Amino acid sequence: MSSVASLHNVIKRYVRGKQTIEVLHQLDLEVPSGQFLALMGPSGSGKTTLLNLIGGLDRPTAGEVIVAGERIDQLSSGQLAKWRARHVGFVFQFYNLMPMLSAERNIELPLLLTSLSSAQRKRNVAAALELVGLTTHAKHKPSELSGGQQQRVAIARALIADPTLLVCDEPTGDLDRASASDILGLIQTLNRQQGKAVIMVTHDQKAADYASRILHVDKGQLVEAADRSAATAA
Amino acid sequence: MSVLRQISAVVGMNLRNLPQRRGASLVIVIGIAGVVAVLLSVLAMAVGFSRTIAGAGSPDRALILSGGALQEAMSSVPSDAVPNITAAPGIARDSAGRPIVDAEVVAQVQVTHGDTGKPTNVALRGVGSEEFALRPEVHLVAGRLFRPGLHELIVGQSLKTRYGLDIGSHLSFQNGDWVVVGVFTSNGPDLLDSEILTDSQTLLSAYQRNWFQSVTVRLAGPGSFDQLKRALAADPTLHVDVYVESAFRAAQSRILNLILKWIGYFIGGMMAAGALFGALNSLYAAVSSRSLEIATLRAIGFGSGSVIVSVLAEALLLSIGGALIGALCAWIFFDGHVSSMMVSGLEPPIAFAMSVTPGLIVLGIVWACVIGLIGGLFPAIRAARLPVARALNAVV
Repeated sequence: MSSVASLHNVIKRYVRGKQTIEVLHQLDLEVPSGQFLALMGPSGSGKTTLLNLIGGLDRPTAGEVIVAGERIDQLSSGQLAKWRARHVGFVFQFYNLMPMLSAERNIELPLLLTSLSSAQRKRNVAAALELVGLTTHAKHKPSELSGGQQQRVAIARALIADPTLLVCDEPTGDLDRASASDILGLIQTLNRQQGKAVIMVTHDQKAADYASRILHVDKGQLVEAADRSAATAA
Repeated sequence: MSVLRQISAVVGMNLRNLPQRRGASLVIVIGIAGVVAVLLSVLAMAVGFSRTIAGAGSPDRALILSGGALQEAMSSVPSDAVPNITAAPGIARDSAGRPIVDAEVVAQVQVTHGDTGKPTNVALRGVGSEEFALRPEVHLVAGRLFRPGLHELIVGQSLKTRYGLDIGSHLSFQNGDWVVVGVFTSNGPDLLDSEILTDSQTLLSAYQRNWFQSVTVRLAGPGSFDQLKRALAADPTLHVDVYVESAFRAAQSRILNLILKWIGYFIGGMMAAGALFGALNSLYAAVSSRSLEIATLRAIGFGSGSVIVSVLAEALLLSIGGALIGALCAWIFFDGHVSSMMVSGLEPPIAFAMSVTPGLIVLGIVWACVIGLIGGLFPAIRAARLPVARALNAVV
């Protein structure tokens, strides 16, 4: 099976004042296409840093990062922005919706970076709204939606441009248990039915249980928890 | 195409966000409105003054001063020189065939300001019978013309307004009592509107002078000026300089006009620096408050160019808004407002109407846009360079 993400000897250091902190130490990772990977670990372990590297939001200090078939650690800032638009859908803990835009306008945002016509964009937005069960809330602003509904809008926005990879940073961290389970079910369905690769950072073991693979990030190293593909596929 | 869509989407979002940043936005708008209002009001003085001085001169008239005199006040043309000047070629003639020439004498008299009670020097100009043929723009609006040999005066419209010199008012000078018998205007505030006119011979007699300050002639046609100048230069009994009246007035106003412009640009520049810092602060704050929004857009794939354009568009929009408010204030409060100014060599204070012209409004908008662009540029660069990962994680 081909890899959606391959990291080799990745080192990430941050300089804070006179101090240099190495967050990731010569890390290697292979994420096969279509996998739902959960990254767990305590605060400061480097899991979000790792997610940012895979999502093209940050660059490694050393090592190779190949995602969606492209060596992204060598791309310029502008190239990286275009690459992200093509290949990555982001879901954030606090949804990060544009407060002044309606649900459908928020979802449409990534399509503004494509050459699709207005009519095509409208059709795609309607389909994405239907997929996340929010057809009747298309005109609602984020402030008029519950947390769970806002995260559904964020998921629709992440999916609308048909990315290769869905990157989720604590997607249920701000939701109650019922909404969280709802959202995780939706992400799992997308992974299974559309074969969309998902990489999710979470603190929550119950959330991680929805993934087909769990990795623990500990002191800048990866520790395989278990291959759950057989179990979750059942 | 997608670049334009990106830009319009980000700009649209930014502008829709403005009401949430009303206070900071108002700082920019009010600051720039102040800059533009002050700049335009000072420059409106310069424009009005320049027009007034220029309006007092005509390209159809020539002004003759004694040789070397740079101003009318410094000139003395002897009485016996006037017939030679009158006989020179190039001078237009009236219906009776008389040359249209007026030898004028200027003195200063004190009048008391109607409101403040303070005495002010005002020009008293003695003119001859050809004055109204020479300056057809001058006409009586009330009362009658002064009569030769009597201590009678007519006053300019702006003097009547400012000093309450109405018909029947009395002025005392040169051991005589003079009475105002008429009010004249020259179609709007200009140099003459700030003066008092009387009969030149009566004035010469009162001041016991036998020389005039200047001689003004109406030119017969194109090319007449050179003809007149050559003839006067060739006359060995005359030592005079000849000017086209409009060019002479324009030259007189040039230095003051320049000073007024410098004052305008200096004060405007100082205020612009203040407004610039206000805009910088407000836009830095705006970028800071929108950092999550900007980082999210960048994460989705929006380019830094669209972010820069959005911040600059906000700065420009607010600046143009400020400029229009400032220009409107300047126009409402100052356009057409009659002011007066003391000018060396052109005493008394010259009344003129301030003029906020379309050109000045465009200048104000250009200033505002420059302030907006400089004020927006650095925050825009900061927004574009915002480290996406750090901005996103700062909230988590």
